[in-house]
Amino acid sequence: MADILSPLPGIFYRSPSPDKPPYAKPGDTITVGQTIGIVEIMKQFSEVRSEVAGTLVSFSIEDTGTVDPGDVIATITEE
Amino acid sequence: MAFDILESGLATTVQDTGRPGYYSVGIPQSGSMDQLSAEIANACVGNTVNEAVLECTYIGPVLRTTAPAVVAVTGAPVDVFVNGEPREQWSRLELAADDVMSFGIIKGGTRYYLAVAGGIDVPVVLGSRSTYVLGVIGGFEGRTLKAGDLVPVGTAVETDGLSAVLSGLRPKYLKQLDVRVLVGLYDHRLTDVGLETLLTATWKLTSVADRMGLRYSGPEVEWKPREQPFGAGSDPSNIVDAGYAVGSIQIPGGKEPIVLHRDAVSGGGYAMVATVISADMDLLARSSPGTATRFRAVTMDEALAARSELAAVRAAIWS
Repeated sequence: MADILSPLPGIFYRSPSPDKPPYAKPGDTITVGQTIGIVEIMKQFSEVRSEVAGTLVSFSIEDTGTVDPGDVIATITEE
Repeated sequence: MAFDILESGLATTVQDTGRPGYYSVGIPQSGSMDQLSAEIANACVGNTVNEAVLECTYIGPVLRTTAPAVVAVTGAPVDVFVNGEPREQWSRLELAADDVMSFGIIKGGTRYYLAVAGGIDVPVVLGSRSTYVLGVIGGFEGRTLKAGDLVPVGTAVETDGLSAVLSGLRPKYLKQLDVRVLVGLYDHRLTDVGLETLLTATWKLTSVADRMGLRYSGPEVEWKPREQPFGAGSDPSNIVDAGYAVGSIQIPGGKEPIVLHRDAVSGGGYAMVATVISADMDLLARSSPGTATRFRAVTMDEALAARSELAAVRAAIWS
């Protein structure tokens, strides 16, 4: 199991915009470098990417939830 | 000698003590948001207070030195790596040519500072090397750094610098903060209850916080009703346009106070109901989203005493 951590504080979004589907959902196969969400801070949107390949198990932060640096955003089972 | 920027970080800029004197024509002072931390970084590497540093915001850069260099990282707590090996913050680090510096996940606060002996050697614009991104003025091409930039470093003067920073000098990064303010100039536009709310409520810093200003959420403040004068907007928080002070607090619509910081616009049509004292501006700069903040009113004499105290702390760094 590998955790994807937020590198910065802000608001976490699972989709690129409200009317778009989420970047990823539990059960999806994730590749190295794949974007699983974005964090908004200072009017900038930073993509949160996976450093491992595997299957996305769960999100620990809800859509539009607040994150702090180092918070676990999602968990992945490594292949 | 230069820093070869391999990764930019979120918003890495060149900053120094700032560019005062041009606010009246719309150019803000800019400069390091956390002046004390930047100053200590310079002291560690044997610079003067005036050399430019790199301000790293939340996510720092990855950079390679093209020649041996003496550097120091101060400010927000973060793991510092040289070629992947952990190194100390708040102390002088010797780098060899081709060493790669990188940073871990920030552990508190908002910004850390990388000083290098000789300083970041970008052109001086209106008396400062600070970057004003919105105005594309100063710094490295007037913007945040990008991968591929070669950021020039000046020639170091042969000095030892501070060997170690007294732990008492290191700022604390608290999630609860009291910030001192001087009430005015437009506090008379608030009702007594409105002013009481501003000065007693706990305000939570939102994620809308950058070099221009910091926005807080909390209760709504109450304005005195009036017929808006000619030239003022229709909301009770509007005034006929006036010059803004750095640190001034405006409350558009009566909700979500905004404190202006070093890259703020110099004027506009919102009533400034109070102003954060200069000695506490660094505290705001270190605040991360979610920080519970109270604005505590002080007198001008108290504000000036606080300014003198901070000046004494800063003078002691160089003694």
